[in-house]
Amino acid sequence: MMISARLTIAGLLASTFLASPVLAAGTHPVTGEPLADDQTFTYRVLDEHSSVDPQVVEDVSGSEIVRDLFEGLYNQDADGNLVPGVATSYETNDTKDVYTFHLRPEARWSNGDPVVAGDFVYAWRRLVDPELASPYAWFGELMALENAKAIIAGEMPVDQLGVKAVDDHTLEVHLSQSIPYFPLMTTHASTFPAPRKVIEKYGAEWTKPGNIVSNGAYVLTEHVPQERSVRERNPMYWDNEHTIIDKVVALVINDENVALTRYLAGELDRTEVPAGQYPRLKKEYPDEAISFPRLCNYYYTFNLSPSGQEAVKDVRVRQALSLAVDRKIITENILAGGQPEAYTFTPAATAGFTVPDVPAASMTQAERDAKAKELMAEAGYGPDQPLSVNLIYNTSEAHEKIAVALGQMWKQKLGVQATIANMEWKTFLEERGNQNFDLARGAWCGDYNEASTFLDLMTTDSGYNDGKFSNAEVDALMNEAKTADDPQPLYTKVEQIIAEQAPIIPIYHYAGVYMLDTDVGNWPVNNVEQNWYSKDLYKKAE
Amino acid sequence: MLRYIFRRLLVAIPTLLLLIIICFLLMHAAPGGPFTSERKLPPSVLANIEAKYGLNQPLFVQLWDYLTGILLHFDFGPSFQYKDRDVNDVIATGFPVTLTYGTISFVLATVVGVALGVLAAVRHNTLLDYIAVGVTFSAQALPNFVMAPILVIIFTWQLGWLPGGGWNGGQWQYVVMPVIALSTSYMASIARITRSSMLETLHSNFIRTARAKGLPTRKILWRHALKPALMPVLSYLGPVFVAMITGSVIIDMYFSTGGIGLNYVNAAFNRDYAVMLGVTILYGALTVLFSLVVDVAYAWVDPKIRY
Repeated sequence: MMISARLTIAGLLASTFLASPVLAAGTHPVTGEPLADDQTFTYRVLDEHSSVDPQVVEDVSGSEIVRDLFEGLYNQDADGNLVPGVATSYETNDTKDVYTFHLRPEARWSNGDPVVAGDFVYAWRRLVDPELASPYAWFGELMALENAKAIIAGEMPVDQLGVKAVDDHTLEVHLSQSIPYFPLMTTHASTFPAPRKVIEKYGAEWTKPGNIVSNGAYVLTEHVPQERSVRERNPMYWDNEHTIIDKVVALVINDENVALTRYLAGELDRTEVPAGQYPRLKKEYPDEAISFPRLCNYYYTFNLSPSGQEAVKDVRVRQALSLAVDRKIITENILAGGQPEAYTFTPAATAGFTVPDVPAASMTQAERDAKAKELMAEAGYGPDQPLSVNLIYNTSEAHEKIAVALGQMWKQKLGVQATIANMEWKTFLEERGNQNFDLARGAWCGDYNEASTFLDLMTTDSGYNDGKFSNAEVDALMNEAKTADDPQPLYTKVEQIIAEQAPIIPIYHYAGVYMLDTDVGNWPVNNVEQNWYSKDLYKKAE
Repeated sequence: MLRYIFRRLLVAIPTLLLLIIICFLLMHAAPGGPFTSERKLPPSVLANIEAKYGLNQPLFVQLWDYLTGILLHFDFGPSFQYKDRDVNDVIATGFPVTLTYGTISFVLATVVGVALGVLAAVRHNTLLDYIAVGVTFSAQALPNFVMAPILVIIFTWQLGWLPGGGWNGGQWQYVVMPVIALSTSYMASIARITRSSMLETLHSNFIRTARAKGLPTRKILWRHALKPALMPVLSYLGPVFVAMITGSVIIDMYFSTGGIGLNYVNAAFNRDYAVMLGVTILYGALTVLFSLVVDVAYAWVDPKIRY
């Protein structure tokens, strides 16, 4: 008894000493708020993460962990602006196809090794290496790294990739085309450095706690699949001094209602609000229920390919179906989480994007309905010749409610017979990808915070254009926008064409709807991509 | 008897093989593949991934590689979804969890269920019987996906007695709610089967004879009635045990226990072929094993049965 008690005390002392943060139990250096003694941040994730290997991870919850464990050239601040990470600065040439990054000499891996330019070269080669076969290899192509395409296709050796270490602290990147926003892309997890020695030593086992070595503010200390993962402060991190949160716990909770109950019981600092429950929670917990815009849209796409039915190729029918959708009912009664109604494809939250005026946005719903009826009649559909469409979506409670509401609105207002079919996720993707539908649900979250991440989907060659919309003017405008100094007028024009042609029905834009403990400081609600870093958070004393 | 067991085990081999082949073909026939995603992969990237996992080979080659992998290296393949793990790892971490809460639930459901059933039968048409029947009916009417969130609301949020989920290496506080949620409806079924079978047995001629020769009730129950009354319960318990130890997706979903049940369902949704097959083989092997155990137990309970 004595021995174990003494051991426990010794253990406690040791751990307090070792993990003792410089700032905990003090006050916040900037805001002056008193800080909690226990700087642990616990949050809910829907599913087990796919991987914590920066070049392999492909899901959101995995990327959140990877952003804490590893640090790339640049990070984002609370507003989504670029702030230095491992790189302190960069230069580029006039044509913006060669970038030189200067790395900070004090950056360290968690085993004490310095982070050098070679670690980035290794990581980026790894990303496009057919042998690793990363599902995110396409990001190397998106970044336009020289020869990335040929390397992925197995036509060139990986060492031909356009990235080289000039010296330990200088990284030079050659692009196959001009990309003015290239540094923005270095906040993506797949561009983070990888510890070559560790990967070569442990192989596929390198991401296991105990084996893993990382260069971010945290190291992975525990991983119980389908249950939890824990990351703790990395004392070797170059900015450890300014990090406040000591420990971050991600709990896998599949059911959002159970997660909410566990949040209310005080087990979690953050969880998502289930659809429809926001108004009630906002009333009961006004400081904890929060909603803010996200960089994602939700829409239905028409099948304009040869397999689609003739009716939906009539622009009047498409317009009518779009106008008859009462977005307010969907955002206020079904979702009820502060989501904005959508009349354009690109969300208003997108950086540098001004939402253009489209006629439907400024009409009242009664006007839209009247116009819809008129257009339907013009197209030759009415009570005598009712239009039938089939609509597909993937199984989910919220998707179902929306699909049913759409069907109901069209039936009541236009006499349209909508057959709605829900499908299991992979089946849905297969059917949508093979154009087996009249209308299919779609949603897109921006890969980066710029309107082209959305509008590119409307181009003929886009791999994500499942409705097969093709408009030469849109293609030309989007091509021009790539190098334009001010692309906004071009984007405005594209949005206007989309509004006219109605290849899609924009329904709403996403909102992040959370329950967030009031103790948590500095949650980046203004970062519309929700790229958050635990090192920037803190817990206030209660 | 031993020869019988040996023969049954021998038959299990082609059974499992057939199971693997059918499951393998069905999986590949399902629309979409492990790498179908919202963000369609460019063909060259997809080709690399398929080459890495051998998915570009003809089906029978893939099946052959899979089978030889198991037989020669006991390697059940990689997980496509959880890229840091392989199937052996998924089963090795998930199965012990499920085995633990499944076994506890099974023992609890059996002991309480049988006791309740016997009690209700012996005190037939008394208040005790009515209470027992009432409890079992309501327990059966309450599915575990309704019960699980209610338990969390009561014990975690309102009372603050138990953690709302997780496993934590099987610490008792974490086991209580999963066990209650999993065992209740099985317990109710066992109680009902036991009760009706016991009633039937108590009205049979040999019990009447035992009573007539003046044996005390306790002795009648323990020595004569219980064994035959348990026959139908026993045939129910075999599959129930397998169902319980192979996991409940509901329990894993609501309590984040990390058991094998959720992995199985996720694998099906994600087309995580190898995980799906691995868990199917585990389930198949357990089902074969425990139906054998039940058959052997039959012989022990019922002297009329001889193998």
